[in-house]
Amino acid sequence: MKRWKKRAAIIGAGLAAVGIAAALVLNALNSNIALYVTPSDVLAGKAPKLQAFRIGGLVKEGSLKRDNLTVHFVMTDLVQDIPVAYTGILPDLFKEGKGAVVQVKQNTGGEYIATEVLAKHDENYMPPEAKDALDKAQKSKGSSTP
Amino acid sequence: MTPELGHFALILALCVSLVQGILPIVGAQTGRREWMQLARPAAQVLFLLMAASFAALAWSFYTNDFSVQYVAAHSNAQLPTLFRFGAVWGGHEGSLLLWVLMLSGWTVAVAQNSRTLDDAMVARVIGVLGLVTVGLLLFILFTSNPFDRLLPAAANGRDLNPLLQDPGLIFHPPMLYMGYVGFSVAFAFAIAALLSGRLDAAWARWSRPWTTAAWVFLTLGIALGSWWAYYELGWGGWWFWDPVENASFLPWLLGTALLHSLAVTEKRGSFKSWTVLLAIGAFSLSLLGTFLVRSGVLTSVHAFATDPRRGIFILALLVLVVGSSLALFAWRAPKVAMGGTFALVSRESLMLVGNVLLVVACASVLLGTLYPLIIDALHLGKISVGPPYFSAVFVPIMTPVLFLMAAVPLARWKTADWKDIALRMWIPGVLALVVGMLVPSVMGGWTALSALGVALSVWIAASGVIQVVRRLKAGIPPASFWGMHLGHFGIAVFVFGVTMVGSFQEEQDVRMEPGDTVVVGGHQFKMLGVQDVPGPNYSAARGSFEVSRNGGTVHMLYPEKRNYFSSTMPMTEAAIDAGFTRDVYVSLGEPLEGKAWAVRVYFKPFVDWIWGGCLLMALGGVLAMADRRYRIKVKSTVPDVGLVKGVTA
Repeated sequence: MKRWKKRAAIIGAGLAAVGIAAALVLNALNSNIALYVTPSDVLAGKAPKLQAFRIGGLVKEGSLKRDNLTVHFVMTDLVQDIPVAYTGILPDLFKEGKGAVVQVKQNTGGEYIATEVLAKHDENYMPPEAKDALDKAQKSKGSSTP
Repeated sequence: MTPELGHFALILALCVSLVQGILPIVGAQTGRREWMQLARPAAQVLFLLMAASFAALAWSFYTNDFSVQYVAAHSNAQLPTLFRFGAVWGGHEGSLLLWVLMLSGWTVAVAQNSRTLDDAMVARVIGVLGLVTVGLLLFILFTSNPFDRLLPAAANGRDLNPLLQDPGLIFHPPMLYMGYVGFSVAFAFAIAALLSGRLDAAWARWSRPWTTAAWVFLTLGIALGSWWAYYELGWGGWWFWDPVENASFLPWLLGTALLHSLAVTEKRGSFKSWTVLLAIGAFSLSLLGTFLVRSGVLTSVHAFATDPRRGIFILALLVLVVGSSLALFAWRAPKVAMGGTFALVSRESLMLVGNVLLVVACASVLLGTLYPLIIDALHLGKISVGPPYFSAVFVPIMTPVLFLMAAVPLARWKTADWKDIALRMWIPGVLALVVGMLVPSVMGGWTALSALGVALSVWIAASGVIQVVRRLKAGIPPASFWGMHLGHFGIAVFVFGVTMVGSFQEEQDVRMEPGDTVVVGGHQFKMLGVQDVPGPNYSAARGSFEVSRNGGTVHMLYPEKRNYFSSTMPMTEAAIDAGFTRDVYVSLGEPLEGKAWAVRVYFKPFVDWIWGGCLLMALGGVLAMADRRYRIKVKSTVPDVGLVKGVTA
């Protein structure tokens, strides 16, 4: 085979590989990104309509109710509350009054159905997203009531 | 007093590492023998100082010296002695101390086992390792000193995170760090080669066993971590594409590419620049891994502590390492890289394809891991990239790698013939197709993905057997031959395990009262009850479950829910009945009303093959390192620029 043909084959194969990889990556990124929002964002209609998203905040004190394996609770940023339901076993560190992150999909009967509940593995550690939600809510509260 | 001695040893170590990092390299570049000869003794002294410093910290843990802040934060008087020892590296400061101790350990290993190398090369390698040590020691002394005092002393410690109170923790981080740090040796060899202008087969041969050693440790470390997560976290998964898991997996992917690229450089003299880049990349990713885990920028189960100063320091170190080595590469590589040529179809070209694919896989995992950080840094919002991303990208990229790796050892160097390879591979091919069709159907549910996984693993295993049989006709092959095939066989076992678990595991979350039964994966689980039992530093609720299959033998499983006295954090201890072809797994969720509990029941077919495969890969690496040819002195073929200059000057 001629030298330039060989080179062209190598370069062509390389470009094709990079192209396929890029397509895979973009496609996969597109369908697997979940946006973090705060409870206030959700009520303001800033949450994605079709895709799954994550709510960060605190589990409201006294809101936890069990119904066999299904758990109902309220995610709060101390300004707005969002009711959530989850079926399954909660992580060890999921507690009322502590920070948590839930991945939710749709809203049925006024409740968001969580597909995943995350709580961090250190009792003194607050998920940054939960903390962020509280900070934002405090700020907007401060500015709306001067 | 002991902590101050440890601190003092650390400061002395910094001074020694400065000597070790500067004088031997300058000596090698200017041809001063007496400066070059400083390298070995400096490395030995540095190791002793680091060992003393580490021992001082371990002693503080052993004697429960809660006036040391780090001890107070990570230990407790009630903690069993074994875990107190593990707690030495249970936090950020101690684990960094371990990092540097290991770095000095690797350096001494190079110093002791380098009699087949010439002095200038040894001086440069040890010198580069010394410079890396300087950076990390500065990091420890300025941002994360484990010997800081707490005044007044705490009455008792805050305790080690209960999650980490497990024998798995004692071995997982050291193994992982041995791997991370081990790539610094490959890196040092690459930089030394660039400095000397001697990027030849001899350099590749020196570098290979060290790279393999690091890779073996990293493989074992990742496997241990995965196994620990499986039985300790109580989630029953073996890999979560968690950013910190990815941080250890990235250097593994590049390290694997580096191993194979080094093989080509040693045998054929090709891929030199590529090999050097991979060595720089693998070590940079090890540093990045440390940065990701320890800076707290990641939302992860591993993010225990956060301090932005540390992150910035490591980031600066990373930029310095990557920047200076790439600059050196750009300056030197065109001069040193002249390799052998090869045809479009040859062992070299196939290895190159595999190598590029590994790098692409590594890049796509890196992108998924860093993407949320980049978006956040640009203030475009906070996002998370879910595990499906990684599976969707990783599996298609790695499939051709698995397909190729079976056939590559059959291809000739320089130029190979497709027909020749195909002729020899038809038996594995047919076997793979048949088994790929049959096994998933037998397991209950044929899917394209499960068939592909099974077929690939059979393809790799069968072609390995054929190649070994063929080679045995020509006499007993060397250790490295066995190493390669054992490693590849490990991949086959691993792929089989992953496919089986991924396709045929069954899991159920159920509400159970004493006397209730549930059937999962053909096994019947009967709950007998839950009792309270005391532990050394916790109290536990322990469930009793009877597991039977088709009314046959009965196993007992005792999952626990523990409450540690020193914290309010509950811990789930899963109970696992492990077997060659399946694990059954029970863990307690939370108590419901009355005597009922939420219970998680899993059936995991062939899950232990995942870690078994990793173990085989590691054993393969050990065999490859044991090859006789690494113990013979090889003459370099290219003159040393530094020495030539030194002689003529």
